Amino acid sequence: MCASGKYSSRGPALIPRMKTKHRIYYITLFSVVLLGLIATGMFQFWPHSIESTADWSLDRRSVHDAPLVQLPVSNPIPERGDLSCRMHTCFDVYRCGYNPKNRIKVYIYPLQRFVDEGGVPISSTGLSREYNDLLSAISDSEFYTDDVTRACLFVPSIDVLNQNSLRIRETAQALAMLPRWDKGMNHLLFNMLPGGPPDYNTALDVPRDRALLAGGGFSTWTYRQGYDVSIPVYSPLSADVELPERQPGPRRYFILSSQTAIHREYRAELERLKEENGEALLLLDKCSNLSQGVASARKRCYKGQVFDYPLILQESSFCVVLRGARLGQATLSDVLQAGCVPVILADSYILPFSEVLDWKRASVVIPEEKLPEMYTILKSIPHRQVEEMQRQARWFWDAYFSSMKAIGMTTLQIINDRIYPYAARTYEQWNNPPVVKWSSVNSPLFLPLIPPRSPGFTAVVLTYDRIESLFRVITEISKVPSLAKLLVVWNNQNKSPPEGEKKFKCPECTAIDGLSLDQTHMVERSECINKFASVFGTMPLKVVEHRADPVLYKDDFPEKLKSFPNIGSL
Amino acid sequence: MQAKKRYLILLSAGTCLVLLFYFGGVQLPSSGRNRHDRSHNGYRPDQPWPHFSDPLQQFLLWDQPDTEEYNIHISPRQKRDVNTSVYKGKRCRMDSCFDFSACKRNDFKVYVYPQQKGEKISESYQNILSIVEGSRFYTTDPGQACLFILSLDTLDRDSLSPQYVHNLKTKVQNLHLWNNGRNHLIFNLYSGTWPDYTEDLGFDIGQAMLAKASISTEIFRPNFDVSIPLFSKEHPRTGGDRGYLKYNSIPPFRKYMLVFKGKRYLTGIGSDTRNALYHVHNQEDVVLLTTCKHGKDWQKHKDARCEKDNAEYDKYDYREMLHNSTFCLVPRGRRLGSFRFLEALQAACVPVMLSNGWELPFSEIINWNTAAVIGDERLLLQIPSTVRSIHQDKILALRQQTQFLWEAYFSSVEKIVLTTLEIIQDRVLQQESRSTLMWNSHPGGLFALPQYSAHLGDFPFYYATLGIKPYPKFTAVIHAVTPLVSQSQPILKLLVSVAKSQYCAQIIVLWNCDKPLPAKHRWPATSVPVIVIEGENKVMSSRFLPYETIVTDAVLSLDEDTVLSTTEVDFAFTVWQSFPERLVGYPARSHFWDSNKERWGYTSKWTNDYSMVLTGAAIYHRYYHFLYTNFLPASLKGMVDQLANCEDILMNFLVSAVTKLPPIKVTQKKQYKETMMGQVCVNLTNDLFERWHPMTSSRASRWADPDHFAQRQTCMNKFANWFGGMPLVHSQMRLDPVLFKDQVSILRKKYRDIERL
Repeated sequence: MCASGKYSSRGPALIPRMKTKHRIYYITLFSVVLLGLIATGMFQFWPHSIESTADWSLDRRSVHDAPLVQLPVSNPIPERGDLSCRMHTCFDVYRCGYNPKNRIKVYIYPLQRFVDEGGVPISSTGLSREYNDLLSAISDSEFYTDDVTRACLFVPSIDVLNQNSLRIRETAQALAMLPRWDKGMNHLLFNMLPGGPPDYNTALDVPRDRALLAGGGFSTWTYRQGYDVSIPVYSPLSADVELPERQPGPRRYFILSSQTAIHREYRAELERLKEENGEALLLLDKCSNLSQGVASARKRCYKGQVFDYPLILQESSFCVVLRGARLGQATLSDVLQAGCVPVILADSYILPFSEVLDWKRASVVIPEEKLPEMYTILKSIPHRQVEEMQRQARWFWDAYFSSMKAIGMTTLQIINDRIYPYAARTYEQWNNPPVVKWSSVNSPLFLPLIPPRSPGFTAVVLTYDRIESLFRVITEISKVPSLAKLLVVWNNQNKSPPEGEKKFKCPECTAIDGLSLDQTHMVERSECINKFASVFGTMPLKVVEHRADPVLYKDDFPEKLKSFPNIGSL
Repeated sequence: MQAKKRYLILLSAGTCLVLLFYFGGVQLPSSGRNRHDRSHNGYRPDQPWPHFSDPLQQFLLWDQPDTEEYNIHISPRQKRDVNTSVYKGKRCRMDSCFDFSACKRNDFKVYVYPQQKGEKISESYQNILSIVEGSRFYTTDPGQACLFILSLDTLDRDSLSPQYVHNLKTKVQNLHLWNNGRNHLIFNLYSGTWPDYTEDLGFDIGQAMLAKASISTEIFRPNFDVSIPLFSKEHPRTGGDRGYLKYNSIPPFRKYMLVFKGKRYLTGIGSDTRNALYHVHNQEDVVLLTTCKHGKDWQKHKDARCEKDNAEYDKYDYREMLHNSTFCLVPRGRRLGSFRFLEALQAACVPVMLSNGWELPFSEIINWNTAAVIGDERLLLQIPSTVRSIHQDKILALRQQTQFLWEAYFSSVEKIVLTTLEIIQDRVLQQESRSTLMWNSHPGGLFALPQYSAHLGDFPFYYATLGIKPYPKFTAVIHAVTPLVSQSQPILKLLVSVAKSQYCAQIIVLWNCDKPLPAKHRWPATSVPVIVIEGENKVMSSRFLPYETIVTDAVLSLDEDTVLSTTEVDFAFTVWQSFPERLVGYPARSHFWDSNKERWGYTSKWTNDYSMVLTGAAIYHRYYHFLYTNFLPASLKGMVDQLANCEDILMNFLVSAVTKLPPIKVTQKKQYKETMMGQVCVNLTNDLFERWHPMTSSRASRWADPDHFAQRQTCMNKFANWFGGMPLVHSQMRLDPVLFKDQVSILRKKYRDIERL
């Protein structure tokens, strides 16, 4: 220790005194380090586009590099799926166990390309862009584990988002081949477009044993409450179209219908409503003169008038979301993104994330049969409620619909909340948009209780050294009947608290000019208030003009009959 | 040499540090970048999912041609009809097994079958029926009914029970309105019997809905059945005891962390968890006790632990543990639900549920995670560490929520039954139904009627939660009962002074006088609109009708002879803005328990506390007009109309029942000083003050009626009877302007007129 002190005191003269050999050595070392640092900096701040074109340092993987797996025809097929499955019957909770973070661990199977014996793939699309995004999001999240033995939930890399692109039997066989399948226990499948012609089942038709299903388009008959998760149908427009958030308020149209291919029963009803209510309704359909493709998907027409979709959705207060062959419609996502209040007509449909989202505050659900009454029903909703629903709709999209990542994370969070219910996210966390979270006041003591006098109160007296006034306070306050305890906080390091009755005067108290003390004091306190308000991000204090007094305070009434006669008399 | 070594060490340490930064520095930003921009990333060994960069196909094509064909060709009506015909019995849902057309719009009426002679009905079921019959949903006309309730006792379907009704199957089939159970609601507390306690009711319920205790998720049909709590014969019919939590203690820990005391079944279903409880029992703060003493022949089946367990069991008192524990274990018994659940809830002992597969009571509307810990029987051994991991802030919230839920939905049979009916009504009316927020926050779904408004901000209860404020103006409603003959009548003075208030949006004169409406020019010219409404039946209750012309959140209710200055009105309104769910008024009254007469007493004496403010001059939220009109039974409103008295008492009862808080008295000008002092000297205990309306000029009014006071006493007792208890709460506080009667210049006081005599 001593030596080091000596050297450091000579610091500035250090280098010239060293031998040349050492000097070279050190200079070289420093140069290397310096070069390293510069290289790091360059690496970090190098323009991104260049990095990606010259991405030689990273090993790029292609879907085509994934191992090919051939499914023998005789391979077992899982059971269809048990409708009575619940978390306590079909889910192995021991895999999740006690976890100080209360977070489930999710494992993703590595990608394999399954083909049948003839070499034909089990899916026409293979891994879709969306499912790739979803799995990427999971693997980047805190839920992810690469340790299969520690996993609580398993996500197959077999893409079943769209049943139409699947060969059902072979997909089921592929699932059963997964090394940890174990009757689908703790496996989670994501499916957004279930069923196929002609009857369009409302849940994925692929036999899947006990696997949990995150499905878009469940009906009340296929949804296993508390087991499955109802998810939205992701709209491809979400990624491509940017609709800036609009302030809630009245819009040009009252009701807008933007879906194409609506059954003539519905179309007729909508036309009738349009006849009755005129301009308030806008009924759009496909543009007949445009060729198929992306461009036509972004256009809607009404009597030759062309509108940009989904931009036009922002021009309406309410937007109709009708069921089609499937209950879940991607339109719902577009409508929410536009901050238009969805009017959902899809009987028995389980709304996306209904386990946690309060759709009553963001949408209007009308039985299909009541379509003719839609206008009357919507008109009866107060304006302020429409505005709140518009805001809420957009918030739902932002938080839970906007990307595959959002959908995936919400699904995992819902399952997580079931496994660790005591650490579950609250209703407010799920449903309150940021603006409400900031402005709302939720007292930790929310129960209306008027406590009895019996436990009384504890007086805490902070003191520095003004013993005299301290004693006066103590004497006065100890007369109060409901005083339970008196705590004196001695806030003076230089003196020890007095023992017994000790009187002394504080000369400096009187020496300071009262006024100037007052002024600096006030300035300081104003500074405090400004500092606190900036830290809180808002001014939480509220101004009131009232003060609580005893009922008979200063009334002309015999003092001896008053409960608190001395208040106000100095 | 030494120096060199030191340099070397120093330098290599430095280099190491730099290198560490170097690697760390590369790692951190690059992983951060990944999150922003994953499409550019290739495979990395530490990246588990490779983020494939191939041009992948989309899962959904833009124009979805695959279903278009189908959308156009399959009739949705046909599809609906198929659903309703397929999904019956165990797969019943409202869509398939309930006839909505029977419920006319906005009219949810419930029919109760007439009781048949010779049918014995248990006391509990009798209570249920009489509650339905006393509710605003009741109809005697089955043609008007939306829901039907049997007069056959279905509560106890344990075939070994003495309450068991035999031949229910044929009895039900013989009911001519049965219609295979369509739109019927069946209440059940117990089903099945020893040894397996299945959930079979012993008769075919057809398409009827079940309101059943201990119902399992397996047989529960979501949004069709209603899970109700198991309650005992002694459960109070109306009112019910309040929760045991009298004050919040912080930190919220009690003597015990987790307790349980109950039977252990040696044979039959429901023993597994209870048999394992001893593993977790630690004799200190986790006290889980079981006894084998159960049934006559328990000795036959007893195991090695029974003696020890029984001895330990007798050492502790159940009540003492219940009241002194933070958490209470609620394991399943023979059936999934147990009495213990409600007991723990009332005792503010947070229930720790260990009953796998139990559909918790009113699960459709209650978010139980906010009031209970939902455990898993399979993870029993983790329960202690789980409850210990719960933060004290959370415990405080859980505990308060137990009390809220207990008082809102469980404390009486009436609340349980009405909650069940309201849940079904919400499903039927759909557009006029409560949001989760309304069910799960104060004052709860029974007091927050969705028919009033679809907008939460229109209610007085959710301003803070939503971060909004009430509309900053009020509507004055003046109740006029005497004809307008002179220009010096108090009502005209009142009109002028109220209209001058900066917060006044409009004035409504409710003309409840038999004489025809005075001509328009007779009313004084004011800056705010004056709307005169002719009272419908000229009855007292009409002053609390939810008039559509009231557009503001606040209502200033006034008697025609009230004397108020603009300052007083202004001040009271600013006070109300801080307490929008409460009644804010001037003259106050009090209630007391008269132990000699064993009834409630009413007093207008100048006391040190009060529990009512008169609505002859009071500000409150307009929602209470709606509640008064739609929530209170015709019997009470009829009594008020008949007596032309007590409407203010009833309003005070209502608001206090909702808020569980006293009204707020604000200070008022003492223009009647001399008279008051005179009375005080004569006799302080005289009730003369009541007869002499403190705010009136000396004009005679209904207050001069000698019966008036006695009537008010009678009213109070009648009201308390209907509410099932005394909802009024005393307060000792009056709100005055901040500088009120302080010794500062009167010019510095904003509400100086209140002090001036």
